[in-house]
Amino acid sequence: MKPLAAPESVVTAGVSLLADALDQQGVEAVRVDWKPPVEGTAAAVATVMGDRRRKPANALALERMLTAEATLVDVRPASEALGLGPGEFLHAGPPVDWEHASGPMRGALIGAVLLEGLASGPEEAEQKLATGDGLRWEPCHHRGAVGPMAGVVSPSMWMFELRDDVHGNTSWCSLNEGLGKVLRYGAYSSEVIERLRWMNAVLGPLLQTAVRAGNPIDVKAIISQMVQMGDEGHNRNRAGTLMFLREVLPAMIESGGSSADVAEAVRFVSGNDHFFLNLGMPACKLQASAAAGIDGSTVVTVLARNGTDFGIQTSGTGDRWFTAPANTPDGLFLGSFGPEDANPDIGDSAITETAGIGGLAMATAPAIVRFVGGSVPDALATTRRMYDITVGENPAFAIPVLEFRGSPTGIDVTAVVRSGVLPQINTGMAGRVAGTGQVGAGLVTPPMACFTQAIAALADEVPKA
Amino acid sequence: MSKTLQVRRGGYVDSVTLMQVSKTVSASPGVTAALVAMATELNLDLATSMGFDLPASTAPNEMLVAVEAADDDSLAQALDLVEATLREAASPAPTAFGAAPPPVTVGAAARGSGATVALVSTPGEYAFADAVDAVDAGLHTMVFSDNVPLEQEVALKRYAEDTDVLVMGPDCGTAVVAGVGLGFANVVRPGPVGIVAASGTGAQHLMTLLDHAGVGVSHCLGVGGRDLSADVGGLSTMRALDLLADDEATDLVVVVSKPPDAEVADRLERRAQELGKPVLFALLGPGRPDLTAAAERVVAAVGGAWQEPSSARGSVETGRPRGYLRGLFAGGTMCYEAMLLAAERVGPIASNTPLAGGRSLDDQLRSDGHTMIDFGDDRLTRGRPHPMIDGSIRVDRLRAEVEDATTGVVLLDVVLGLGAALDPAGEIAPAISAATAAGLPVVAAVVGTKDDPQGLESQVEVLRDAGAWVHGSNADATRTALSLLRDREDNS
Repeated sequence: MKPLAAPESVVTAGVSLLADALDQQGVEAVRVDWKPPVEGTAAAVATVMGDRRRKPANALALERMLTAEATLVDVRPASEALGLGPGEFLHAGPPVDWEHASGPMRGALIGAVLLEGLASGPEEAEQKLATGDGLRWEPCHHRGAVGPMAGVVSPSMWMFELRDDVHGNTSWCSLNEGLGKVLRYGAYSSEVIERLRWMNAVLGPLLQTAVRAGNPIDVKAIISQMVQMGDEGHNRNRAGTLMFLREVLPAMIESGGSSADVAEAVRFVSGNDHFFLNLGMPACKLQASAAAGIDGSTVVTVLARNGTDFGIQTSGTGDRWFTAPANTPDGLFLGSFGPEDANPDIGDSAITETAGIGGLAMATAPAIVRFVGGSVPDALATTRRMYDITVGENPAFAIPVLEFRGSPTGIDVTAVVRSGVLPQINTGMAGRVAGTGQVGAGLVTPPMACFTQAIAALADEVPKA
Repeated sequence: MSKTLQVRRGGYVDSVTLMQVSKTVSASPGVTAALVAMATELNLDLATSMGFDLPASTAPNEMLVAVEAADDDSLAQALDLVEATLREAASPAPTAFGAAPPPVTVGAAARGSGATVALVSTPGEYAFADAVDAVDAGLHTMVFSDNVPLEQEVALKRYAEDTDVLVMGPDCGTAVVAGVGLGFANVVRPGPVGIVAASGTGAQHLMTLLDHAGVGVSHCLGVGGRDLSADVGGLSTMRALDLLADDEATDLVVVVSKPPDAEVADRLERRAQELGKPVLFALLGPGRPDLTAAAERVVAAVGGAWQEPSSARGSVETGRPRGYLRGLFAGGTMCYEAMLLAAERVGPIASNTPLAGGRSLDDQLRSDGHTMIDFGDDRLTRGRPHPMIDGSIRVDRLRAEVEDATTGVVLLDVVLGLGAALDPAGEIAPAISAATAAGLPVVAAVVGTKDDPQGLESQVEVLRDAGAWVHGSNADATRTALSLLRDREDNS
């Protein structure tokens, strides 16, 4: 046992007079900015905090997150990679039916139906989707995949395939289409569909050849570097995109494809600062999946939104979703768009925050703080605050401005409901109306109700003494 | 007359700080009543009793701001004052560029600091989670909070045992670790006596009596009032003994408690015998030596010279005829010890914390013959600060006793030290003056040392000026109070 020595500093929570009494004695009082746990959670919090499995389980979850690998091993169509059959689609977030699907989710599904040639026009696509008519969709997360914004995947779309050999997991994500009017923001006009056709016909196969020709690409190593180059991996992926291009460019040139196709592909990738997002997301999914399914662990393994609901999963409660209506981001708008044009939060891209980057690593991306409506001191304070609600730090994602402190990793449900502090998500905003596309970018948090449900479920899982 | 009741969300401020805000606002010009408090059931009742109309529903994490003032101007000024004092009370925002915001959990605070000890004083229904967080971080943890459920105390202490840290408390707000006071603690000289206490004010009283006799303390580890019960089984006491056994500064160990559960007492006895250091037991109970006698024994055991505790006569030489003894205590052990001594002389004492055979008081705490009240009892501190921090509830009661013709003599304690109110004697002195002016003698036991922040001498001076009898020993004070009872057959 630690011997009894005069403490130089004492952590204090509660009555400030008692902290003052330490000050009077020349002992540093490290004051907790304490609040009661979120209303209605006190009993569950006590049960879960008293669960002896919690601390070792969370330590294991963190260890698995930190040791997870992410290498890009292949690029191939979803029909092959995920066994997606005709009429089957994946989407972002927790499950949602047509009736409850938001504008951008409906728009993306319409576009995917058109891409697959299952309808002659948007009206027919919409009608088929509304009646079910041989079409089925389920969350990307149910297949180990992730999708940004609407996250809609159809069988012909080409997917990045990433592996974590340490934990034996695979994850997938589609190829990023760029900004503006794109399917993932719910746009389905002919230019959107044509771009997707070109990606299927030219970009996908070129990337496949390049990836298969070389060694697997260490995506986690690229994230490590980009985090030190001003990318937080959610709303800024510029350095990551260029580093990825550097990896595949020689093999693309040597692929035997026409120089016009290669040039077009390179122009497309280098002209889209978010191209790497669709590599970072499955890498983060592998990290989160490694920590999934540990009894007693209160670490969040999924944060995902479908444009209607926000859903989370935790390590200790398996694949159960805890959902609540999604918030609408707060930030800046493109052109003449305004808050009334914004759809509620959407996309699996909050998997980046689940893995400790994105909004949690805001301090590393001062270049974009204005884009999401913040200031540099806010960004530093945000990341510092996030350490309080996470179980550890990831030295692989070191933040230079915080003296290379590892990014805050492993959101702890108990810390969230005890403090009332929600994870910070850094996100794009989709237009509310199907077909609009992106209208802005900003900051958002999950609804607290996801966490209050999760703590109750975690408490139910605690073995009775 | 104008009044308002506002309900605010999103800001939690501890009850002690809010009491101070309420006090400041109540005292501002034109204000007739003010309550700034979290919307707990107790505070809602309080607001109703003050004549405020409550909104249909509130949550305990919302804040009530209720003010009644002579006119609209005074009301507006009072509300401004509420804003200003609340702002002052809130944690300072980080000002430096990139400065870390204040930590929001105990675990987070521990991670970022070199702290070795945690002091948890959050409301009892939440304290368990905060304490577990501290134990998780490997900190010796003092749980100052009252009202921690028993099963949570047991779970916490078992966890601490497996994690190899010491949990002090709950519901025993006293510890001194190598000279650093945590919670309610007196500033005593360093010395060879290590104290393990299942009784907060008992430990404080022992420390101050030793200090008065020139004997110092190495550590005083308050283990919680229930630690030596059959349910808790002395979990923290055993760990505290282990720590003191290994501690070079400690030559002699004193265990202060009410008599433990028999089986726990056996184990404690065995552990004491093999500790390698002498262990004295100061177990308060019927027919056992009082704390002052125990202190004398400790002083002798370390070769010191006993100094009789101070005493001074009061201005009223005799009790009101046929009146009863009324004890008004802030310290639970002080109340218990006084009841033990008084019961021997005058028979059963009615109390909110009665001895075996004593009558229980009703919820209104109405006096019933010889009566003693422990205002620091769990049931009376729910949602309100401990009377050692804010003694206004006891001041009100003393004023009521003056009006009560059946009150013959009043006995009370004044506890000084770190964590306690800045001027406890000054707070109660006007009511004592009123009592003595009405011919009602007041006897005060003062627990304190000359180095306590309040200053022992000046506090005693204030009490004497008000006409109180003042003793440095609670046992002496009780005997004095008994001797002042007049025309009572039961005072044999």
